[in-house]
Amino acid sequence: MIDRRPFVQKILNNRKDNLRVVSGIGTSTWDLMSAGDNLGNFGFIGAMGQSMPFALGLATAQPNLRVLLFTGDGDTLMSLGCIPTIANHPVSNLTVIVLDNESYVETGSQPTATAGKTDLEQVAKGSGISNSYTVNHEDDYDKIMNTVYNEDGPSFVVIKCQAKATPLIFPHSFDGSISMNRFMSTIKA
Amino acid sequence: MTQIIKDWRNDIYAVFKDLDITMVSHVPDAGHTPLINLCEKDNEIDVVTLTTEQDGVGLSCGAYAGGRKSALLMQSSGVGNCINALALPNICRIPFLTIVSMRGEWGEFVPWQVPMGLGTPKVLEAMDIKVFRADYEEEVGLTVDAAAKFAFNTNRSAAVLLSQKMIGAKQFKNG
Repeated sequence: MIDRRPFVQKILNNRKDNLRVVSGIGTSTWDLMSAGDNLGNFGFIGAMGQSMPFALGLATAQPNLRVLLFTGDGDTLMSLGCIPTIANHPVSNLTVIVLDNESYVETGSQPTATAGKTDLEQVAKGSGISNSYTVNHEDDYDKIMNTVYNEDGPSFVVIKCQAKATPLIFPHSFDGSISMNRFMSTIKA
Repeated sequence: MTQIIKDWRNDIYAVFKDLDITMVSHVPDAGHTPLINLCEKDNEIDVVTLTTEQDGVGLSCGAYAGGRKSALLMQSSGVGNCINALALPNICRIPFLTIVSMRGEWGEFVPWQVPMGLGTPKVLEAMDIKVFRADYEEEVGLTVDAAAKFAFNTNRSAAVLLSQKMIGAKQFKNG
């Protein structure tokens, strides 16, 4: 089990200019913001289930960038139907990282389906994303970094995390239009 | 000899080209099929087949964040799947355009289509989507053009409802 926040920070340490990062509703956005403010981030604070199709649209629109989505198992389980869409509309520059703590931590740590019988790596593989794997140890850091920056995607990485509440680290603004304008300032037409 | 058939789907496609709409997502509907076919033949347009309409909202918004304009094509039954997702373009002031083929309103055969057909304009308006409607073939192009400009010029969401009267009610035969 990985301690998610320092691991997310490690993945984003010395990030390259060609990386854009999206985060799904909940702890993933606070994790992303904990790595420091960056104009190339866009964090969801609502619209559960929409971060994955958003990341797909962004990656399709900007094939020369690398797009990384950090999201949780709860958000992912709400957008399972997007996984076959990603598999069948291949985007080589998209990596989905699911920070899977097997629980809805923000609402009181109720167990998700991944605490039971559901395996998101197998869901992704069965949907047709062949580069799907699960990470249980920080030793796989280099493998993840190679996926994020180099491998032909789409890629789907499930990081098994401890289920613990972490401090809420807010983005620059809760106003989505401000977040969007800041993000789009990093996109060349 | 190639037969050129005047079709309102060509008018929608012409608006897409004119306004540089280069991503089109859909859960297929028979009414949209000729338009989907036109887009699929166009190398400048990415066509994404969805498993559920709500993903088209996020996809459109992500595409816009990446500098591309898009449109979501769906049947009225799909509108209900999109409601919470429509918060995303609203709160982020992202232009969002959807073109909806209506069911459950004019000569409908299937009663299951009626509830969402009746609800479609109401739920769109409840989510602050500007609703446009085309009842006749001649007004489709102008209506889609107006809706698209409303969306992309004012950074808001717009829907065009294509009337079942114009599309024609799907007829079913048992056996």
